[in-house]
Amino acid sequence: MSKPNKISCRNLWKVYGKDAQSFMAVHSNAPSLEDFRREQYVGAVRNVSFEVTTGEILVVMGLSGSGKSTLLRCLARLIDATSGAVCFDGQDITKATPEELIELRRHKMGMVFQNFGLLPHKTVLQNICFPLDVQGISRTRREERGMELAQLVGLAGKENFYPRELSGGQQQRVGIARSLAVEPDVWFLDEPFSALDPLIRRDMQDEFLRLQRALNKTIVFVTHDFEEAVRVADRIAIMKDGALVQLGRPEELVWCPADPYVAEFTRNAPRGKIISVGQIMVPTSAAASEISIRIDQKLDDVAPLVLGSDRSVKVIDHDDRVVGQVERDRLIAVMFSDGARQ
Amino acid sequence: MTASADSAASRSKSILPGILVGGAAVVSLILFAVAPDWARQWPAEQIVPLRDWVTRFFQWLANEASFGLFTVKDLTRLVSDILSGPLTITDGLLHKGFSQFGLAALPWITVVLIMGIVGYAIGGGRLGIATTLGFAYLAVFGMWPDAMKTFSLVLVTVPIAALIGLMLGILATRNQLAERVLSALFDVMQATPHLAYLGPIAIFFGFGAVPRLIATAIFAVPPMARCTILGLRTVAPEIIESGLMSGCTPRQLLWRVQLPAAQRTLLVGLNQVIMQTLAMVVIASLIGASGLGHRLLFSLQQLQMGKAIEYGVAIVVIAILLDRISQALIARNPARAPTEAEKAALLRTSVILGILLASSILVAWLVPAFRLLPKDMTFTTAPYWDQSIRWLSRTLFVYLEFFRDDVTTYILVPIRNLFLSLPWLPTCLLVATAGLLIGGWRLAVTAFLLLGFIAAIGFWVPAMMTLYLTSMAVIICVLLGLPIGICAAHRPRFTRFALALCDTLQTFPSFIYLIPVIMLFRVGDLASIIAIIAYAMVPIIRYTHLGLMRVPANTLEAGIACGCTGRQMLLKVELPQAVPEILLGLTQTITMALFMTSITALIGSRDLGQEILKALPAVDTGRGLLAGLSIAAIGITATRLIETWAVRRKRELGLA
Ligand SMILES: Nc1ncnc2c1ncn2[C@@H]1O[C@H](COP(=O)(O)OP(=O)(O)OP(=O)(O)O)[C@@H](O)[C@H]1O
Ligand SMILES: [Mg+2]
Repeated sequence: MSKPNKISCRNLWKVYGKDAQSFMAVHSNAPSLEDFRREQYVGAVRNVSFEVTTGEILVVMGLSGSGKSTLLRCLARLIDATSGAVCFDGQDITKATPEELIELRRHKMGMVFQNFGLLPHKTVLQNICFPLDVQGISRTRREERGMELAQLVGLAGKENFYPRELSGGQQQRVGIARSLAVEPDVWFLDEPFSALDPLIRRDMQDEFLRLQRALNKTIVFVTHDFEEAVRVADRIAIMKDGALVQLGRPEELVWCPADPYVAEFTRNAPRGKIISVGQIMVPTSAAASEISIRIDQKLDDVAPLVLGSDRSVKVIDHDDRVVGQVERDRLIAVMFSDGARQ
Repeated sequence: MTASADSAASRSKSILPGILVGGAAVVSLILFAVAPDWARQWPAEQIVPLRDWVTRFFQWLANEASFGLFTVKDLTRLVSDILSGPLTITDGLLHKGFSQFGLAALPWITVVLIMGIVGYAIGGGRLGIATTLGFAYLAVFGMWPDAMKTFSLVLVTVPIAALIGLMLGILATRNQLAERVLSALFDVMQATPHLAYLGPIAIFFGFGAVPRLIATAIFAVPPMARCTILGLRTVAPEIIESGLMSGCTPRQLLWRVQLPAAQRTLLVGLNQVIMQTLAMVVIASLIGASGLGHRLLFSLQQLQMGKAIEYGVAIVVIAILLDRISQALIARNPARAPTEAEKAALLRTSVILGILLASSILVAWLVPAFRLLPKDMTFTTAPYWDQSIRWLSRTLFVYLEFFRDDVTTYILVPIRNLFLSLPWLPTCLLVATAGLLIGGWRLAVTAFLLLGFIAAIGFWVPAMMTLYLTSMAVIICVLLGLPIGICAAHRPRFTRFALALCDTLQTFPSFIYLIPVIMLFRVGDLASIIAIIAYAMVPIIRYTHLGLMRVPANTLEAGIACGCTGRQMLLKVELPQAVPEILLGLTQTITMALFMTSITALIGSRDLGQEILKALPAVDTGRGLLAGLSIAAIGITATRLIETWAVRRKRELGLA
C-alpha cells in the first residue's frame, strides 16, 4: 500500500512575458522551447508533474535559472501558475480562495527563502514569532515558542538583535526557525543551507534529518549541492530550463541518468554512498565465498569485505536467501571510474 | 570600401540634426521677422475667457453647488470644524491657553524642555542641546507667541499631510487608474508655485488659520505620497512573500510587513512634508495672518529690515531643528532591541523627566517670567541690525546703487524688452521644434499646447516677464553652480563644507532669501534675480557633484592612461558622463526658480506671480489659478524637454 499523496502537481506551467495566457493558448498549451525563444517569453516552469507522498523529502536540483524557486513558489501559490493544477491534500490550491490560502499557510505550510526574506524592522525573536503573531497568539506563548526555536537553530543570545546585524548564515537560521514556528505539515526549503559554513551546514543537515524523523514532515527541498541532496533526499528531481528531466531515487539518477545533463550533475557524486549492492550483483556461480552481504547495503559499507575477500561475495536478501554475488573488479570499476554502467 | 561607406553614412546621420536645427532656426527667424500681428500678440478679443469661467465656476462651487443632501458649503464648513479641533488643542497648549477651563498655555520653559528631550531622545546629546538652545532663543528674543502660533500650525499640519499622503500612496500602489490620475495630478501640483494654492483655498475656506492649514497640507501631500509609492514598490519581494507565507491577511501584510519595511523611505517623505510645511506656512500667512510668517512679511513690506532678520532667523531656526530631528529619525538604526534592564532604566529616566517637566510648570507658576518672558527681559537685536544696515547703506549703497542701476539699464532692461517683445506663435513653434528634435512628435505637440495655452488665456506678457526673470537667474545659477559643483567633486575638503551649506540653504523657506537682497539692492529686477539665484542654486551644485562622483573609476583611469591633462579629463571625460545628472539638477533648479520668481512678486516684479497676488484680495480665483497653472506650464515644458534629453543621453552613454 502506498502512502497518500501530500502534494501533487500536474502539467504545471509558469510563463513570464507580456501576455502569457494567450501565448499558451496560441501554442495549444504546449509551446516548444523554440516558441519561447522566438516570442521572447520565459518558460520558468514547463509542464512539470510529480507527486510527493506524506513524509517524503523531495529534493529539486538544477542549474541557476532552471526554475527551482519558481516551481516552489507555484507549489505554495506565492505566484499563480499559468496553467496546471497543484493539489495539497487533494485540494486544488490554484482554485483556493484567499481566505483558504491564509488558513493553509497559517497552519500547514512553512517556507525558507533563498534570500532569507527577514523583516528588517523586527528583532530575531519577533521575526521567528511573526507567523504566530499574525494569528493573534498571546505574546508570552509565542515568545516561549520563539525562544525554543532560537535555541534549536543555535541563535540563543541573539534574540534581541535586528537582522542587519547578523551574518548571512545567522539570517538563514532565523528564516529556518521562523518557518518552523507554526509546526507546518509541509515544508518548502529554497537553498536553506547555502549561506552556512560547512561545519554548521553539516550540523543543520543532521538537525534537519532528526527533525524530519521526529516530525515526519513532507518536504520539498531546493539545493545546488548533490552531496547534500543525497544526504537528505528520498527522491531527487532534476530540472533544466523549467522542465523536469528526471525524477527518481539518488541511486537511479547515478546509475541510469536520463541524459548527459543529469549525468553531469551526478558525475562527482560519492557513488559508494549511493549505489547499493543490488545494482552491481550478478547471478550466483559456484565460486562465491562464504562471506555474505545484504542486497540493500551501500557499496562503501561492503567495500572492505569485498576487497578483502579473494573470491566473489554472496548477496542475500531480507529473508537471507542468496540472490546473487558481487565481484571485486566490478565493485572497483563502479566505485572509482566514471563509467557507471559498462 | 564598406568601412568608408559606413563612416559616410554615420557622418550624414550626425549632420542631419544639425541641418534640422539650422533650418528651424532660419525658419523661425524669418517667422519672427515677418509674423503678422495676430501671431505676435494674441488678439485681445479672441482671448478665451477661461479666467471668468473658472472664477464663476469656483464661486458657484463654493456658494451654491450641492450634492443633494448637503452643499459644498456644508462640506467645507464640516472640514473646517474638524480641522479646527486639533488646532484649538495645540493653540491652547502652546500659546492661547484654554480660557474655558481657566488653564494657561504651557510655560515657555516647559516647551523648551520638552523639545530638548525630544531632540535628545531621537538624535542624542548634541541634537538635544541644539533644540533646547534653539527654542530658548525664540523665547529670549521675544518671539515666543508668534513662534508658537507657527509651531502649532506645523504640529497639526504635518501629521495630517503625512497621513493623507500615505493613504494616497497606498491607494496608488493598489489601483492602476488611481496611480495614473494621482501621478498626473502631482506633476501639475508640484510644478505649481506655493502662491497659487492660496486663491482656491480662500474661496472655499475664507481667511484664517484653518485655510492656512489646508493650503499648507495640500502643498505638502505630493512628496509624501510619492515617497510612499516608492517605498512600497521597493520592498524586496522575498519580504512580502515571507509575510504571505506567515499567513498575513492583506491588511496585516500592508501594516505589519510592507509599510514597516519601507520605513526609511517613508521617513524621508515625512522629512519632506516638514520642510514643505515650513516653506508654505510662511507664504500661507497671506491668507491667514498670524505667526512668524506674517510678521516677516509685514516687516519686509515696511522695510523694517532689523525685525525681518530676527523673524527670518526664528523661522530658519525652527526649520533647521525640525529638519535635523527628522533626519535623525531616518538615520536611526539600533543594533538590537533594548534589554529588560535597559527598558527599566528608560522607564526610570522618563519618570524623572516627567517630574522635571511638572516642576518646570510649578516653577513657572511661581515665577511668571518662566511663563512668558516679559518684554523688558527679552532681547532684540533689531535696532543694531537697523543701525548697521543704515551704515551699510550710507557707505555701500552708493556703489551698490551704481552697480544696480548700471546692470539694470544696460543689461537687464534690453534683455527684458527682448523677452517682452517675443511673439507668441513663432516662440511656441521654436520650442515645439526643439521638442521634435529631442523627443519626437508627442513632446513637440505637448510643448506647443502648453505654451499656446498661456497665450490663449491672455497671460503671454506676464509669462514672458516670468520667463525673463527665471532664465536670467537660471543662467547665472548654472554659471556659478557648475564650477562650485566641480570644485566640490574634486576637493574632498571643500565637499563637506559645500554639501553642508547646501543642506542648510535648502531648509530655508523661500521668503528668507528676500531679506538680504532687499537690504542690499532694495527692489527691482536685479534684486528679484539675485533672490531667485540664491534660492534655486542648490540643486545644480548637488547634481553636478553627484554626477561627477558617479563617473566610474575605470573610465577615469582610462582617461589618465591616455595622458589627459586635468583640464582635458574634466572637459572630455568627466563632464560628458555627468551630463545626465547635471541636466536633472537643472530641471530642479528651473522649477525652484519659477517658484521663487512668483514670490518676488511680493517685492514688486510684474510677472505671473503678481497676477496671483492681485487675484487674492479680489477673490478672482480664475486669474490666480490660471496664472499659477501658466507657471506650471512653463515649468513642465522646460522639465519635459530637458528630462527627455537627459534620458536619451543616459541611454547613449549606456548608463540606463
Ligand atoms: N518575475 C519574473 N519575471 C520574469 N522572469 C522571471 C521572473 N522570475 C523568474 N524569472 C525567470 O524564470 C527563470 C527561473 O528562475 P528561478 O528563480 O526559478 O531560478 P532558480 O532555479 O531558482 O535559480 P537559482 O538557482 O539561481 O536560484 C529564470 O530564467 C528567471 O529569469
Ligand atoms: Mg532560486
